Amino acid sequence: MVANVWKVVVGAGDTVSEGDTLVILESMKMEIPVLAEHAGTVAEVAVAEGDVVQEGDILVVLESA
Amino acid sequence: MPVIESVLVANRGEIARRVIRTASRMGLRTVAVYSEADAGSLHVREADSAVLLGPAPAADSYLDVAAVLQAAASTGVQSVHPGYGFLSESADFARAVQAAGLVWVGPDPEAIEQMGDKVNARNLMQDAGVPVAAGTREPVADLEAATASAHHIGYPVMVKAVAGGGGIGMSVAWDDAALAAALQTARSRAQRFFADPRVLLERYLEHARHVEVQILGLADGRVIALGERDCSVQRRHQKVAEESPSPGVGPELRQALMAAAVRAGQAVGYRGAGTVECLVDPRAQSFVFLEMNTRLQVEHPVTEMVTGIDLVEAQIRIAFGQGPGFDPDAVRFSGHALEMRVYAEDPHRFLPGPGLVTAWQEPVGPGVRVDAGYHRGDTVTAHYDPLMAKLVVHGADRVEALERAAAAVANFTITGPKCNLPFFTELLASEEFIAGTYDTGLVDRMRTPPRASSG
Repeated sequence: MVANVWKVVVGAGDTVSEGDTLVILESMKMEIPVLAEHAGTVAEVAVAEGDVVQEGDILVVLESA
Repeated sequence: MPVIESVLVANRGEIARRVIRTASRMGLRTVAVYSEADAGSLHVREADSAVLLGPAPAADSYLDVAAVLQAAASTGVQSVHPGYGFLSESADFARAVQAAGLVWVGPDPEAIEQMGDKVNARNLMQDAGVPVAAGTREPVADLEAATASAHHIGYPVMVKAVAGGGGIGMSVAWDDAALAAALQTARSRAQRFFADPRVLLERYLEHARHVEVQILGLADGRVIALGERDCSVQRRHQKVAEESPSPGVGPELRQALMAAAVRAGQAVGYRGAGTVECLVDPRAQSFVFLEMNTRLQVEHPVTEMVTGIDLVEAQIRIAFGQGPGFDPDAVRFSGHALEMRVYAEDPHRFLPGPGLVTAWQEPVGPGVRVDAGYHRGDTVTAHYDPLMAKLVVHGADRVEALERAAAAVANFTITGPKCNLPFFTELLASEEFIAGTYDTGLVDRMRTPPRASSG
């Protein structure tokens, strides 16, 4: 699956809870939110708005709380 | 009254085919428009003539107002049907069509604009005596005002962007502390995504059902309601399946919904097909207005199956000032109908997967209707939404409809793109769905969130 990075919601250093939206992808006219699978701190945002990403690409690196 | 002669369908895929089918049956000349990606599409082949709009991206083709108007001028059509999505709710496009001397198959541009602004629509409905979710009549000024409003409305409250939509920038707060955080998040999201930081508060209904009413504004000024549809089966806040009647709506609530929907239509002098969307509290059997869609909806076939009415024909006739093609005082509701949206996405995580269709076998049988946008040999591309077909099933009652639906799903073969048909097998076996007691949280409950994989 291929998608565009529509919006980057978090930044490095942000604290997030499980279920928070990290990045929103766009594919086939749909907005697909990528959610935090656990609470933690954003160590790195690996993509920028407008990037084209494939399945398997790293979007955000989260450090566990 | 002018004789109806021709119509240009400013859309693609299954809805373009659907409009062309009715228009052809009515004896009208039909014109299709298409992008380079859709050159071999079914809707192009099935129209009397077709005009190329431009390259694949929607902005360069289906959303290109000048190109669509040029297509209408060059083919000498009388009218334009916008389908759903694309330009169907663009007041500017509607005005441009009318300014070009063409008949717009849709409501007045003013009605489109009135209902397009969420705050305006809410206030208009409230003034017309249609129940709306308890909420702020204006955007909230600051945290102090928001807190006061939240206490007045009662927790939990939803903070949403005034200029927003689609579930983006909404957050729920259960108490004052959460409200402060939600307000900050919602404001910054609203600014970021919609360039407008204004937010409003609304009472949040946790176990709500999304129930909508189909209305028709007739040429003589009357507004009638054609029953309701339950659209609570959703993933990512988008509908996946709809049914009519709603198993969660009792006779009294149904009457109240119909009456309110008629008042909503009357409040804006509505003409043509429209849908009044509401949130129902199934336990309290109460409802509130959510928004009004000033166009034909994807799920309109469900209403057609239980009423026997061709809504596209009604739209066209009304647009030309005629009666709707049926007796509005003799509408009968019969049986139960369910629509399943067959998307080019995987059935587990619902992630899109376009591709070349290598096999396409539709189910047939009593009560089965398939509105398809693709056949074998067509390519589902990434340029448009992933809807491939609508599988609609009717039965004498809900039990028969669900039985026929399960058989139809089992007999529908699509290979090539990703396909969500197995999800419907699951849905039709879900206890909650079978019982009819589901709400908008159903699909989330059917799925556990994906876990991070190791390595």
